[in-house]
Amino acid sequence: MPRPGFVLEVDRSTPPMLFWHGERFSLERLPADRSRVIYPPEPLEGLRDVEGAISHALENPIDMDPLRALLRPGMVLTICFDDVSLSLPKMRRPDSRQRVIEAVLDLAAEAGVDDVHIIAALGLHRRMHDHELRHVLGDRIVDAFGPIGALYQHDAEDHENLTVVGTTDHGEVLEINRRVAESDLVVYANVNQVAMDGGWKSLVTGVASYRCLSHHHNPESLRNTRSLMDRHHSALHHSIWRLGAVLRDQGPPVFQVETTINTDAFPSPFDFLSKREWEWTARDRATYLATSASLNRLPRRAARKIMHSIEAPYAMTGINAGFTESVHERTLADVYRQHLVEVEGQTDILTMGIPFISPYNPDSIMNPILVMCMGLGYMFNMYRNKPLVREGGVVIMTHPTYRDFNPVHHPSYIDFFDEVLTDTTDPVVMSEKWEKKYAEDEWYRHLYRTGNAYHGVHPFYAWYWGAHGQQWAGRVIIVGGDPSTVRRLGFTPASTMADAFELASDVVGRSPTISHLHVPSVLVADVT
Amino acid sequence: MKALQIRRSVRRFGMARLTSPLSPSGAVRVGPVELTDVSEPARPPGPGWHRFETSLAGICGSDLSLIDGHASSYFDDWVSFPFVPGHEVVGRLEDGRRVVLEPVLGHAARGAVPPWPDAAPGDGHDYAHLVTGPLEPGIQTGFCCSTGGGWSPWFWAHESQLHFLPDHMPDERAVLVEPIAGAVHGAVMAANSPTERRNGVIAVLGAGTMGLASIAAVRQQIPDGLIVAGGRYPHQLTLAKEFGADVVTDGGGLARAVRRATGSHRIGAALSGGADVVIDAVGSSESISGAITMARPGGTVVLLGMPAEVSLDLTALWHRQVNLRGCYTYGTELVNGQPVRTFDIAVQLADMIGAERLLSATYPLERHVDALAHAAAAGRRGAVKIAFDLRGAN
Repeated sequence: MPRPGFVLEVDRSTPPMLFWHGERFSLERLPADRSRVIYPPEPLEGLRDVEGAISHALENPIDMDPLRALLRPGMVLTICFDDVSLSLPKMRRPDSRQRVIEAVLDLAAEAGVDDVHIIAALGLHRRMHDHELRHVLGDRIVDAFGPIGALYQHDAEDHENLTVVGTTDHGEVLEINRRVAESDLVVYANVNQVAMDGGWKSLVTGVASYRCLSHHHNPESLRNTRSLMDRHHSALHHSIWRLGAVLRDQGPPVFQVETTINTDAFPSPFDFLSKREWEWTARDRATYLATSASLNRLPRRAARKIMHSIEAPYAMTGINAGFTESVHERTLADVYRQHLVEVEGQTDILTMGIPFISPYNPDSIMNPILVMCMGLGYMFNMYRNKPLVREGGVVIMTHPTYRDFNPVHHPSYIDFFDEVLTDTTDPVVMSEKWEKKYAEDEWYRHLYRTGNAYHGVHPFYAWYWGAHGQQWAGRVIIVGGDPSTVRRLGFTPASTMADAFELASDVVGRSPTISHLHVPSVLVADVT
Repeated sequence: MKALQIRRSVRRFGMARLTSPLSPSGAVRVGPVELTDVSEPARPPGPGWHRFETSLAGICGSDLSLIDGHASSYFDDWVSFPFVPGHEVVGRLEDGRRVVLEPVLGHAARGAVPPWPDAAPGDGHDYAHLVTGPLEPGIQTGFCCSTGGGWSPWFWAHESQLHFLPDHMPDERAVLVEPIAGAVHGAVMAANSPTERRNGVIAVLGAGTMGLASIAAVRQQIPDGLIVAGGRYPHQLTLAKEFGADVVTDGGGLARAVRRATGSHRIGAALSGGADVVIDAVGSSESISGAITMARPGGTVVLLGMPAEVSLDLTALWHRQVNLRGCYTYGTELVNGQPVRTFDIAVQLADMIGAERLLSATYPLERHVDALAHAAAAGRRGAVKIAFDLRGAN
């Protein structure tokens, strides 16, 4: 029986805590008697019969007819799936998307459906490399559908193949992939790793155009998204759900298949990462020391390669299929069952270690903008009700924050760092002054459409993701980062955790209370 | 009198060349320049010569390349050893009038017939006069053994080289007039370039003295142009912005900034389009290659920084049909169809930008090792222009 998450009050006997530091990690001692550590629940048990659960979900969907009954010869069927931004780290094969899609294809074949397209719903993310498609979908699907042009990746800049489905009462235009819009049935296969994912967000962002995404991917929405992990208090999700209603009423029928996974993210020898420090065995401590020493000695590139090669032994904890809204409510319950930790009250400081990976750098470099996005976007938003840190408090992150970019994946990020961040770090100002230029840059368009680059506007979205945290925090400090790079982000560099607490004292006094978000694994603090 | 002097010494040039990458001050110590007692130069023949008493004398990149042994042998026959360097000079005549030197030893100074009446010393299409006539060879004061040079208490200057200064202009500003004039020449060349379009994009590569002065000059000559400037150090970028650059970026980001400004694609190391004009104020293999690949096809590269031996793959020049133009000194410019002396524009521009902001430190001649080492590492040490201060030496 996995243990629930809990809050550890730090005292003098508490061992130092593990912090991610990019591709490496460190142990940091937190001040006794005024610090607490938020530990995630242990990984839930996985489903024993995954294939059986998938089959059951397809045959017994929620608020829809069984998939088998929706399939008929001559129909146009489109299957969409979450792209490489999920899961993190990547799932050990076979990926749950492969399992679901293979089951759907078997049913489609039985029903005599032969017009089937499979589309990676990547929105404005980068196109997946062939090996990534094979990892997610398996060789059988890629080899069968790839050569005949029936497996491809959504192109938000292919205007001939986009169409407007309708408009919300807020004036938001739902413009999506034409093939999807004109299908007789759309099946969506997702991986709901965190509460932000899934629901209408899958299709409404995954196969949308820039015009459509800009209705909710903007500073105003993100500043009023409290939090990303609580869709009922998220302006972003409210907009997406309005667009979802347009899709529901005016678009094709959507058969949503959502899967949840547990938090068993790190196989041996990295499994100590997920353990509670005071429960480390002698072997865990030895492994930590050996791994840490090795990673510290390796060039960053080699360390990165090792970390990105990790394949997580996640187990599927649930699968729900059918009508999107009904499915997603059950999915959220499953996700929260894995992630929620009850926490009482806020503290003056929130500490967090930023790992080597975020949704936007799978097999790539965690550039400085993504450090901001991961820290103030994702990790700060790991809450319900209210943030772990009080308004005006201090967020302390640990990450090397090197000025390093992947020019193939993140070309516009480089320019964003050079041009936009030297002008402003204010999301509102940059959206008004710079966003359009980047969104319409022909070179970025070309690289997004034909290469493996994120869309030109994507660094703005990554920055907006942290808009709420940026507005909330009185100061953001990065420990161990390249000082000039950290300053460019508008943050304060510190060389050690002790320095960071000293710098924080200007804002929160000399005896602040501290919450440490223990990562890994993923958790959502339910702050009362 | 005590002056800095450069002698022709293959051994010393070689030692300086070897030492300079490791230690700029070491290169000065073993190199061809030395502080020594020199005999006072004899008055050159002909009318119009004045005793020019040095107040401030700047250290130029071309001086440094000689001292650290990297200068091209091309100039061996255009200069006369031993000479006293120093061509960025402000000082006084014997009657007390303050002057700045236009250092080119032109037709008038050498008793030759000027190419046209009122020609500036740098004008003309034949350089024969630079090595003939009553003076020893020397392209400028500071490279000619007949006249002396600015790194000494005084030297001989011809009236054709003199520009009288307004009373309000401090020496610290005036000593920048000569490099500014060079930059003005480049900016006018850019403005008159057949490839410069109204509201075009002008990239300036390098933000030392010449790069910064170029930014100011381009802003003056092409007011509507979009200036994209690349420098290496924070203080350079700040000054670049203050002098009129619309976009500033660290050196490695210049091609990207030009791409953004011109809406080009990046194809490998080159741009699909690019700047209408690129002013290369560095003059290295890398900077020239970079300038060519960030100029638009059919565009112009103005080579302002003095190069020496460089290694270039000219395929891009050929493929992009880029005009590569050398840009040496100054003379008479054609501005809006009217002839104007470059130095007159430069004096005006020096006032406009408060050019003394570029003068970071001055040294007495006795501390020439420190001064030259400081100048050689100016950017890294947060400086721009270093000069010798000889006020009081006369």
